[in-house]
Amino acid sequence: MLKHLPSSASLILGLGAMFLVPTFVETFTLMEVMVYVIMSILALSLGLVWGYGGILCFGQAAFFGLGSYTYAIAMLNFGESSFALLLAIAVPALFAGALGYFMFFGRISDVYLGVITLTVTLILFNLVNSTSGGRFHIGSAPLGGFNGIPSIPTLHVPGFPERTLDAQALFAVCVAFLTAVYIGLRLVLASHFGRVLVAIRENEKRADLLGYDSRKYKLGAFVLGGGIAGLAGCLFANWGAFTSPTVFSLAQSAQVIIWVIVGGVGTLFGPIVGCFIVQWLTSYLGTLSLINPNLVLGLVLILFVLLLPKGIVPLLQKGALLAVGSLRRTRP
Amino acid sequence: MSANIVEAVGLGVTFGGVHALKNVDFRLAEGELRCLIGPNGAGKSTFFKLLTGQYSPTRGSVTIRGHSTRGLQSHQIAQLGVGIKTQVPSVFNGLSVEENVWLSARRTAKGVAASKAVTDTLDMTGLGHLATLQAGVLSHGQRQWVELAVVMASRPALVLLDEPAAGMSDEEVMRTAKLIGAINQRCALVVVEHDMEFIKMIARKVTVFNRGEVLLEDTVERVLVDERVRDVYLGRELAMKG
Repeated sequence: MLKHLPSSASLILGLGAMFLVPTFVETFTLMEVMVYVIMSILALSLGLVWGYGGILCFGQAAFFGLGSYTYAIAMLNFGESSFALLLAIAVPALFAGALGYFMFFGRISDVYLGVITLTVTLILFNLVNSTSGGRFHIGSAPLGGFNGIPSIPTLHVPGFPERTLDAQALFAVCVAFLTAVYIGLRLVLASHFGRVLVAIRENEKRADLLGYDSRKYKLGAFVLGGGIAGLAGCLFANWGAFTSPTVFSLAQSAQVIIWVIVGGVGTLFGPIVGCFIVQWLTSYLGTLSLINPNLVLGLVLILFVLLLPKGIVPLLQKGALLAVGSLRRTRP
Repeated sequence: MSANIVEAVGLGVTFGGVHALKNVDFRLAEGELRCLIGPNGAGKSTFFKLLTGQYSPTRGSVTIRGHSTRGLQSHQIAQLGVGIKTQVPSVFNGLSVEENVWLSARRTAKGVAASKAVTDTLDMTGLGHLATLQAGVLSHGQRQWVELAVVMASRPALVLLDEPAAGMSDEEVMRTAKLIGAINQRCALVVVEHDMEFIKMIARKVTVFNRGEVLLEDTVERVLVDERVRDVYLGRELAMKG
């Protein structure tokens, strides 16, 4: 019973949010919360790869960006959004597969893995940034250089291109995807694959000596993370009907890492919590226009690393356990 | 298939001009228990690393259960039925003892069979009462047993133990010796150990390593009275103390 608690709770929470939030909040707030939801999916992807696979990927934005560009290009060429959505998951996942193959099967050590993933993001950023002008297009979709791709058609009901989703429906779709990804990842982590993955994070040599090919498991997690980040990118392109090279930027990659650290590495709920809190804080500070939000973000990161390196969620879990324990003790 | 579970022929490895192991011939029969002794730096652990694919040999070959291990990765050699307990206890510190053992059992068995293998192994090693604890919080001796349990849970045909009694109290050493006897009922064993009392408890045949070579191979009684063995051991020990 307790085993299914997090999944069931998140399912109820997700369903509730899908129907209640759009009815009670105005569109501006809805759009704001929607971007938190979308970024939470991105945060979850790193939460898997880093928190459970032990792979510190500095370039999760690469897959996010690829997902958003893939969706935009596929949509402008084919016009069927379900197909574009699937491509936006498959292309980043394949890219992660190719990149991960060389990194894991080449037995690249952790530090270089960080450097490589970071560099790949920057290469993609510069590549896409320098595609201004009519010469650069894929099919009928111009790449647009640093101006990005505007007017990307939004998701529509599968098979009915004229029935595009409005903001409320898109919000519901984003929440549904976040809930599905969360529950899906919980199932993955409870499976044999997930348990071996965690074992490899704990002690890779031991796992190898037990007969598990750690490279394959890490590659599997990396590909899954890439696909999920691509999904987030696709939804992000839907959110603003726009994508630009900033999706590949250093800031984007760094933000994801901060969300995961603040929320808690090695948990699934943590990245979502961290993503919501940090983004809300950034946007609140932005409206105050008293202080540079990035300065505060830096401070938050330093404070967390120094004082609360495990993040918010593990702290709350510990607090809850202690509270339950003391309740039990006080009972006669 | 040969009757020997392990055959190493002319095995050697060189690290930057240093011959860590030169020309070792080693044969182990099915179901045999063999002890490896020798002073520090004699090449015992290096030999284990060559057998398990953690190092690739510079010269010679290893055949395990009739399969050449040339070019095989560690996990592929493990899949041939080789389990190893490393010198420093290597377990999944952040996971429970039960999960540690299950991860090993699950590689060779599924579902109920895996759960049964976990229970059996925990019973055999006497770790049942620790099953839910995190491996990382246990004492050194207990972690050694957890690692033994992890190695046994996959039902290997050959088990390599690198100093299984290191850092244990006398009582724990006794228990480990018994455990090794029980393990040997199920599979062939190679044990590296320094503790001569422990060797006397478990060993029948002993191989002595010195400076990357096999110095001699004989029954435990004869090895313990051999002048050369005394020389390499005592010589080294006196030199260290002096």
